[in-house]
Amino acid sequence: MGFDTPEDVRYTEEHEWIKDEGDGEARIGITDFAQDQLTDVVYVDLPFTEEEFDQGDAMMVVESVKSVSDVYAPVDCTVTDINEELETAPELVNEDPYGDGWMALVELDDPSQLDELMDAEDYREFTENEA
Amino acid sequence: MPDEDRGFRQAYWDEPTLFDLDEGPQPSDQFPEGADHGLPEDLTREDAGVPTVMRSRVTRHFTRLAQMTYGVDTGTYPLGSCTMKYNAKAAELLAQDEGLLHAHPLQREEDVQGILELLYDLGDRLREIAGLDAVTLQPAAGAQGEFVAMRMVRAYFEDRGELGEDSRCEVVIPDSAHGTNPASAAMAGFDVLEIPSGDDGCVDLSALEDALSERTAAFMLTNPNTLGLFEQNVEKIAEMVHDVGAKLYYDGANLNAILGVTSPGAMGFDLAHFNVHKTFATPHGGGGPGAGPVACTDELEPYLPVPRITRDPEAEPEHRLDWEREDSIGAVRGFHGNVGVLVRAAAYILMHGSDGLADNTRRAVANANYVHQRIKDAYPAPGGDLKKHEFVASAADLEETKGITAKDVAKRLLDHGIHAPQTYWPMVVDEALMIEPTETESREELDAFVDALLSIADEDPETVTSAPHTTALSRVDDVGAARNPILTWDQANDE
Repeated sequence: MGFDTPEDVRYTEEHEWIKDEGDGEARIGITDFAQDQLTDVVYVDLPFTEEEFDQGDAMMVVESVKSVSDVYAPVDCTVTDINEELETAPELVNEDPYGDGWMALVELDDPSQLDELMDAEDYREFTENEA
Repeated sequence: MPDEDRGFRQAYWDEPTLFDLDEGPQPSDQFPEGADHGLPEDLTREDAGVPTVMRSRVTRHFTRLAQMTYGVDTGTYPLGSCTMKYNAKAAELLAQDEGLLHAHPLQREEDVQGILELLYDLGDRLREIAGLDAVTLQPAAGAQGEFVAMRMVRAYFEDRGELGEDSRCEVVIPDSAHGTNPASAAMAGFDVLEIPSGDDGCVDLSALEDALSERTAAFMLTNPNTLGLFEQNVEKIAEMVHDVGAKLYYDGANLNAILGVTSPGAMGFDLAHFNVHKTFATPHGGGGPGAGPVACTDELEPYLPVPRITRDPEAEPEHRLDWEREDSIGAVRGFHGNVGVLVRAAAYILMHGSDGLADNTRRAVANANYVHQRIKDAYPAPGGDLKKHEFVASAADLEETKGITAKDVAKRLLDHGIHAPQTYWPMVVDEALMIEPTETESREELDAFVDALLSIADEDPETVTSAPHTTALSRVDDVGAARNPILTWDQANDE
């Protein structure tokens, strides 16, 4: 399939990625596979800063031409910053899902939760089975 | 494959908006200049802010737009979930009856006995159709019907002192439900608990079991469900919901699949709403007036909205509007609801009678199954092979082998002069094409639709992915429209 799966982030079964930014912070977005499945993203409903989420909570909403999907919190976390660029340029999620298309920066409640998520190799295998 | 020189071709007019046709302020033949209109000077103005266009040009404008649009009166309209059945012109004529048309909601009860009688009788018939005990005609649409029903459930538990932070605070909804269900429950003040469907597309009984508790106020269910499958365990579901003391709510979106054959009441539901524009063939409108009557059991009757229409043959006048009901959730809509559309629904029910309604249901179900059986090799539909009034076919095979998506199939159908099915919904099916022919289509029309779908599956991908070729407009920039919506004439001119 040839989807981009960087080695320096962790993955969830719901196709979110989360990248350890050090100092107990992490960045969250959706994967290349997810943006391809969604097709052209037209709107991203971002959380508020300081909003708290438990792992698995619906955290954001991504709307494409053909569907509306929840983005779930990969870990227990508190939002410290959001990518406001997405409000006027949701296409960044399609163009650069792991870079300019990031969605939220969070403070981790428990950084060890990251280790429980899939690494790039596990995720590649997971998406191959899902496709 | 349609002959593009001789087959369907949609009318095309390069028609400007009425604002572009504006000839500016013109002398009015109704208010000649200098005439005494009797209005205070400070309340009058020269420009009404609406375009002035010659009558002949206005007529041409709307005729041209009508030629460029497509409706049930033009051709096959298998838009799944929407029940696009034929709207009988006889019902339209009845709704234009002078007595009904010119009645005013503030007239005295004595002077509008006819229309109150009509509405009372309609409520009575809906009650019978639902297999329940009482009906309100007030809600302005199906979604408001859902909201009203959830408010009634809330009032019911509040009345019994059962409503609390950990008690009767949740509404359980399957993931295949219409999006309005969770919205209505949340607006009525409940927490929403979504449960996954089973592999067969129906309610997963163990997931339901896990979700139900004394926290549950209601379970909202659409039967048959969004995949057009009848919930085989509906009686068991009713028992489970009632065992925890909760109420079972019937979303009437798919009532056209069971109308006159079985009923929500017979299946154990406590409340139900009707979508009159679907089930009873009233106009579907771009936000135009709708009606979403709600039926309920005797137990929930005290909570119905006001006013209630009452009948007492001994009294004078016989029909009255009762506003004095202390347990009612209150008024939910101005006056008596959208009466005009209710008159059309009453006409539909009376024209068909109970046998006719059941007959329509059987035809709608037979039509859906006929199309499913003929197309299932090219467009398989998940779930059991026996469908109700609609089914969700998948273009996933075509997508994989030829790169033709559900959207491409939908666009290519337009070249055959056929409206597209619902696409990409429900989301539980990949490359979904949701098909609902309704009872309106004849065998010949169904065959033409099936032949079109099958020929598209055999066409070269280039023709399909660049379709439509014979419509006034071909592919529009739907991504651009969603990202930068231009919704007013002013906005368009600022660009």
